[in-house]
Amino acid sequence: MFYVSVFFQYMAQYMKTKLQYRADLFVEFLSDLMFQSVNLIFILVVFGHTTLLHGWTRDEMIFIYGFFLVPFALFGAFFNIWDFNERYIVRGEMDRVLTRPVHSLFQVILERMELESLVGGVTGLIIMGDASARLHLEFHWYDFFLFLLFALGGMLVYAGVFISLATISFWSDARSSIMPMMYNISNYGRYPIDIYNRVIRYILTWILPFAFVGVYPSAYFLGKKEWYSYAFLTPIMGVIFFMIAIMLWNKGIKHYRGAGN
Amino acid sequence: MDKYLEMIRIRFLMMLAYRTNYYTGILIYCINIGAYYFLWSAIYSGKSAIQGMSIEQMTTYVAVSWMARAFYFNNIDREIAMEIKEGKVAVELIRPYSYLGMKTMQGLGEGVFRLFFLSFPGVVITSLLFPLHFSSDIRTWGYFALSIMLSFVINSQLNLLAGVVTFFTLNNEGLLRAKRFVIDLFSGLILPISFYPHWAQEVMKYFPFQAISYIPSMIFTESFHGKAVIDGLLFQLMWSIILLLPLQLLWKAAKKRLVVQGG
Repeated sequence: MFYVSVFFQYMAQYMKTKLQYRADLFVEFLSDLMFQSVNLIFILVVFGHTTLLHGWTRDEMIFIYGFFLVPFALFGAFFNIWDFNERYIVRGEMDRVLTRPVHSLFQVILERMELESLVGGVTGLIIMGDASARLHLEFHWYDFFLFLLFALGGMLVYAGVFISLATISFWSDARSSIMPMMYNISNYGRYPIDIYNRVIRYILTWILPFAFVGVYPSAYFLGKKEWYSYAFLTPIMGVIFFMIAIMLWNKGIKHYRGAGN
Repeated sequence: MDKYLEMIRIRFLMMLAYRTNYYTGILIYCINIGAYYFLWSAIYSGKSAIQGMSIEQMTTYVAVSWMARAFYFNNIDREIAMEIKEGKVAVELIRPYSYLGMKTMQGLGEGVFRLFFLSFPGVVITSLLFPLHFSSDIRTWGYFALSIMLSFVINSQLNLLAGVVTFFTLNNEGLLRAKRFVIDLFSGLILPISFYPHWAQEVMKYFPFQAISYIPSMIFTESFHGKAVIDGLLFQLMWSIILLLPLQLLWKAAKKRLVVQGG
């Protein structure tokens, strides 16, 4: 209960600071929309020159992309820890966090909340809706709950990988650009997994399971039966990777020695 | 002149200090190029050429675009925004050099560093992994070198413009991000301009963006021949001169409006 109330207090605080720079917030929405359209335009232009991508149609690709945007937006809104190393370790902010009576990871996540990213999820839903109308997809009443489950699972996969990476800072406080690298790898998960060679497919499924954020769960809604078992693994993979991240975090915190002032 | 050369050198050495950054940097570029390689192979499957480009040319195009980006890409727009926010810009303005010129030189220092420590090793590694085609014609390399220099100039001018806008808006994180996406998309980095529908190509002719990535990459892959190469270079030259004007005007207005928020 205490955690819930802390959460809402942070949320209110967040709104206030955001509304200070109102014009900037507007431009930020626009730039988010542009970020989402870059990939969409890529798909559209490419399919102007080909009709099938390894047996996947244009609308199926668009559907996968739309789905991907939802867990990605959730991740961006609540697990925005790209600059964890710089902000908390190099500048010594972590010391302050550790004196608070809530779990340190929870605290860091609340401080870095970026609720405006959720707009990306809405864009994703629209893109998905449009694609499924053109594909004449049929949905059942339980698909809604599966969608929620898959989206949350995808978010946890993302969160798990990126929190695990952030914990590296507890052991080594050197700057590194692992985060952008991982971001590039995560892009692989948006495209039909069967276009890659076997090594990459294995990595994207079991080691850096980004395929569970895009293509696998979407395959269920697209009725691609051969991928169903992978689709249903999505929430399980999410929980496993998130648990690993929390374990690493708790271990790292014990190892942490203040670096700032 | 000496002080500007010194700026390039200092920035170069600064980059050298963060060593893990360039190991991961090389990896990032290889991974990126790898992803696009598989994607394009799937797109090409069964076709020998799309828009006059073979799969080999396409892979080379992707590789060269990303490697060239290492050279022309820099964060001087963010640095300017940061210096304005933190109030450091006031000190910079009283120093005996041109602020914008100095920022450009810092960007160049970064570019030269990435060219030698990131692009070259990156190209060597990717050429071992994926089928790339390098021209044996020395002229192609010469035109390419000239072309990426102009790419650097145009990209830096756009960065400076975006950075100077911070003088008026004070907080323009969103604008800087939007600028980055526009450049990625319309410069031909992720898609050659010739792949876009006709009407879009027509529109893009009136913007400087394709001068940043599309032209040098098309020159390198020899998808441009003869007159097209010269036209491309002239297009770049024209824009690098045109952009000087808004930059000067904006900079003049900005200095008058300087608000120091702190520092």
